[in-house]
Amino acid sequence: MTSLAPGSPNPAGAPLTASAAESPQAAPAHHAGDDHGGHVDARLFGLATFLVADGMTFAGFFAAYLTFRSVNPLPAGSNYELELILPTINTALLVISSVTFHRAGSNLRSGNRSACRSWLLGTVVLGLAFLAGQMVEYFNLPFGLTDNLFASTFYALTGFHGLHVTLGVICILIVWWQARQGGRISQQEHFGLEAAELYWHFVDGIWVVLYGILYLL
Amino acid sequence: MTVASPTDFEPQGLQPQGWLKYFSFSLDHKVIGLQYLITGFIFYFIGGALAGVIRMELTSPISDFVSRETYNEVLTLHGTVMIFLWIVPVVNGAFGNYLIPFYVGARDMAFPRLNAVAFWLIPPAGILLIASYFIAGGAAQSGWTAYPPLSLTTPAIGQVIWILSVLLLGGSSIFGGINFIATILKLRRPGLKLMQLPMYCWAMLGTSILVVLSTPVLAGTLILLSFDIIAHTGFFNPALGGNVVVYQHLFWFYSHPAVYIMVLPAFGLVSEILPVHARKPLFGYTTMVYSILAIVVLGLIVWAHHMFTSGTPPWMRLFFTIATSFIAVPTGIKFFNWLATLWGGKLALNSAMLFSCGFIVNFVFGGITGVALAQVPFDIHVHDTYFVVGHFHYIVYGGTVFVIFASVYHWYPKFTGRLLNEDLGRLHFLLTFIGFNLCFTPQHWLGLNGMPRRVAEYDPSFTTLNQVSSVGALLMAISTLPFLINVIWSAYSGQIAGDNPWNALTPEWLTASPPPVENWLGEAPLVTHPYDYGVPEGKIDLRVVSGADLWLGGKR
Amino acid sequence: MSIPSTLITLLLGMGLVLVGLWVGQNVQLLPIDASSNAPVYDSLFQVLFSIGTILFLGIVGLVLFSLVRFRRRPGDLADGVAIEGNLPLEIVWTAIPAIVVLFVGIYSYDIYERMGGMVALNDHSAMHHSADVMQASAVPSAGISEGSDPASEPRVWAGIGSNGSNEGSMPVEVTAMQFAFIFHYPDGNITSGELHVPVNRPVELRMKANDVIHAFWVPQFRLKQDIIPGQPTVLAFTATRAGSYPIVCAELCGPYHGGMRSTVVVHEEEAFNQWFETNAPPKPAPATVASASINPTA
Ligand code: HEA
Ligand code: HEA
Ligand code: CUA
Ligand SMILES: [Cu+2]
Repeated sequence: MTSLAPGSPNPAGAPLTASAAESPQAAPAHHAGDDHGGHVDARLFGLATFLVADGMTFAGFFAAYLTFRSVNPLPAGSNYELELILPTINTALLVISSVTFHRAGSNLRSGNRSACRSWLLGTVVLGLAFLAGQMVEYFNLPFGLTDNLFASTFYALTGFHGLHVTLGVICILIVWWQARQGGRISQQEHFGLEAAELYWHFVDGIWVVLYGILYLL
Repeated sequence: MTVASPTDFEPQGLQPQGWLKYFSFSLDHKVIGLQYLITGFIFYFIGGALAGVIRMELTSPISDFVSRETYNEVLTLHGTVMIFLWIVPVVNGAFGNYLIPFYVGARDMAFPRLNAVAFWLIPPAGILLIASYFIAGGAAQSGWTAYPPLSLTTPAIGQVIWILSVLLLGGSSIFGGINFIATILKLRRPGLKLMQLPMYCWAMLGTSILVVLSTPVLAGTLILLSFDIIAHTGFFNPALGGNVVVYQHLFWFYSHPAVYIMVLPAFGLVSEILPVHARKPLFGYTTMVYSILAIVVLGLIVWAHHMFTSGTPPWMRLFFTIATSFIAVPTGIKFFNWLATLWGGKLALNSAMLFSCGFIVNFVFGGITGVALAQVPFDIHVHDTYFVVGHFHYIVYGGTVFVIFASVYHWYPKFTGRLLNEDLGRLHFLLTFIGFNLCFTPQHWLGLNGMPRRVAEYDPSFTTLNQVSSVGALLMAISTLPFLINVIWSAYSGQIAGDNPWNALTPEWLTASPPPVENWLGEAPLVTHPYDYGVPEGKIDLRVVSGADLWLGGKR
Repeated sequence: MSIPSTLITLLLGMGLVLVGLWVGQNVQLLPIDASSNAPVYDSLFQVLFSIGTILFLGIVGLVLFSLVRFRRRPGDLADGVAIEGNLPLEIVWTAIPAIVVLFVGIYSYDIYERMGGMVALNDHSAMHHSADVMQASAVPSAGISEGSDPASEPRVWAGIGSNGSNEGSMPVEVTAMQFAFIFHYPDGNITSGELHVPVNRPVELRMKANDVIHAFWVPQFRLKQDIIPGQPTVLAFTATRAGSYPIVCAELCGPYHGGMRSTVVVHEEEAFNQWFETNAPPKPAPATVASASINPTA
């Protein structure tokens, strides 16, 4: 019933015996887990938690968009239809870029640094292509930011996502630079690459959802 | 006595020493914790002064003390400052940063640098917010809820600064939350199991989950709101085809969990304080843990109880009524466990204990009015009235602020190595308790009888009770004097506390007071039974013990 | 101890319940009831108040008793008993609040039903009548687009009591704006800054907001409804007690939010008809237009 089995309760008046705590001075040597220098690496875990938070921002946007769409009719003459070809190509680019990033990671882990860097560059090119495609789409859309509720939501969602892609591309470039011979990222030390990769997959996943509800729905 | 506390401990040059360290970019979780605490108190006095303006204006039924616009600015600033710059940073940031690394047996938080960044977002955000009062057009005037379309029509600069400031504070809160989750789950000393952690860790874990899941939604919403103001989009502007109820849903999806962000850590702190001063184990550790988790889950699905009079479908009202009411169950478990912790103990009637018991009394009152508010038909009458103002001040002030004071009395010896003066502390408690109840009890009646909230002028028949309420507020302001005197005076000439004046068992007491830079000189202690107080009674088999045994307490 | 402690506990508990019931029955905290759903509301209030009193007094009693009875005597350095949990006890105090809360929830649902709050939104069969009138009404539109398809009716949102079955109810159009309520009687083409209604006849308020959110609240009717721009809303009630009661705007709507008040006058049937006659056209509506409440003076 209680997880706190009454171990050896303290006798009255002497509450601070070693019964409650193993003698703190028993082992002067620093534990691997509690030393400033080399404590548990929680960085990827922290990044994952942050991505959950970031995902909630998108979730809020999605929820708002879906509610607008089901409750608020658009003014006469506007509709929810969008040109599909370019965004579909864009989706494919982004999905492929996730694969190329993955290849970069596995190449680094198996020690093939130059292949890793090439795959990274490939990913950057795909990311930039996506952004370019996005720009082309923006300039060819029949509506502007404040034309109607759908237009505003469309730009807010894709814009916020595009910001994430831009950030991702910058991160990949940094990783690419650091993965050069003698850089910070190596076969042994690949946190930076893994963090960027996790982030990139996240941005990719968000896009797939976004594509589904914004373009296909 | 096995705790290492050499007096000749040399600072390692890692940290600036003396007063300077509180004003610098320190990475030490204890320094950051105290930075949060002191910053929080500064903003508490600002928020309190703003409350003073509110109560001053309301001593007469006409708008005479400040202009109507100013009144709305003042109440918006009061709500925002108190929530985002006082309660949230203090119960999370201050005590969380100070205590959590001790409790998990770590030398610092998981991400010390992120931690410092999170703190240093707060002063600029606060200064920005306060400064907006002095610019042309003034501060935001649409309440801390900033409902559009009102927030789209009031002076834009103030509203945009408000948004910016809340975004910064929200960011700070998210960074803090990530840090706490990582520290509690990943940095535990080897051998320390989750179910052996002090209760405050669980409370902070639950709180941080809420922060991570709900704060980003507020951020997104406020970004959309700022688009509406700056770029004239129409998300929340009905004149442009937008929908204001969507804003309300998104806002409360954050701001209801926010109330648990403000109170769960307080629950955790009380769970640390009561066993020490009652000299008994914390009653029902396991159910306490599960009720925290239940509150987290329920807290995420009850937001629309703030919108019962907006356009929501009936099924939604029904669902949210039931879900909200059910929060009383896990919360009740915690309260009954605390009562059982007191029962049969040896209660030291010091300030920490008195403030904790004051918290129990006030919070139960506020909780009961909360459950009443959760009933749609009841809420229809009292929504947006002083009844609601009474409800939440009973909880945020009577609950959380009382706990903050209790915690200061409890941990001051740890922070400074000196005790606070108990006579001044009890005086502080007495004045606060009386002033608080005088201030906020009459507001329930006012709300029931027709006084809406957020008004600078009201029906003259409510004058007397409003004046009573203002006198209560004055008493609360006065009550901070003995506290301030006590805290400042004791820092220099308070009685020396020793390392562990309360004979407490949680890990922060098993080191020097104030603690060395990396918390322990040797290895961190492994505390598997943080509440192991009490006389062994051996004879009672806990599985067959009945209520009567408990009732008889220590007398058997 | 001669009397078993369980018995004392039981007696105390019963006493507490009695006190709670007495308080719920006899302490009157609400304003006078002047609409048909006010008494229903008040019975819910009584139940909540009784339960609240019992819980609050019980818990405060326990805290005070513990503080006195278990206080540490000077010189006593012993600890309390090391009891860390008790399963039956914990089950009891989980179950009781759960049952209480469930009961309260179901009961308040029943009350809400009786107050007429459970009408489905946009239920066209029920709302048709109202929607037609809304569309035809001359109330200044909030300037929102009512949908691309002219055939689609504007959505109408329901507040309390608007279940459409109020046959023979008197419609009144309410326009809320910064900072006044304007009442328009489509039947008599009367426009007024005060709401005049007959006693014991259902009234249907069709509400619109022009600028920001306002809320229509009459404390004596126990009725409140937000009026949200872009969301025409219907609220129905039946006044039961002649007299005048305040109408209060309960949603922050700008600097003069506190001054956005008006009055609802509940007349006896004849007096109401007389008021209606004197104010109805053909002689154009006199200066009852809400000039008085548009700019409340300080
Ligand atoms: C720390 C802050 C905090 C906390 C913890 C709570 C806790 C609760 N609140 Fe409150 N609330 C606010 C802060 C808080 N609130 C604020 C700031 C507002 C106004 C916002 C604004 O509009 O500006 C508000 C408004 C608010 C409303 C909207 C009112 C309105 O605007 O019309 C409602 C409605 O349901 C509500 C309900 C509740 C409930 C049911 C709880 C429950 O969690 C309480 C549970 C606790 C108990 C019940 C007591 C202990 C339990 C027992 C002893 C067991 C037995 C009890 C029973 C069987 C009943 N609150
Ligand atoms: C979260 C925490 C919190 C806290 C601690 C408080 C504390 C207090 N609050 Fe408030 N309050 C809110 C959160 C809080 N409040 C919120 C969220 C709102 C809603 C805002 C909105 O509607 O948007 C609100 C609204 C609100 C109102 C309603 C305004 C209205 O609707 O028109 C009132 C009115 O009485 C009020 C009063 C007080 C008082 C008297 C205190 C007192 O407890 C304060 C006591 C403290 C002191 C008095 C400090 C002492 C300081 C000094 C002594 C220094 C003074 C210096 C000078 C005078 C120069 N608060
Ligand atoms: Cu209209 Cu407040
Ligand atoms: Cu809430």
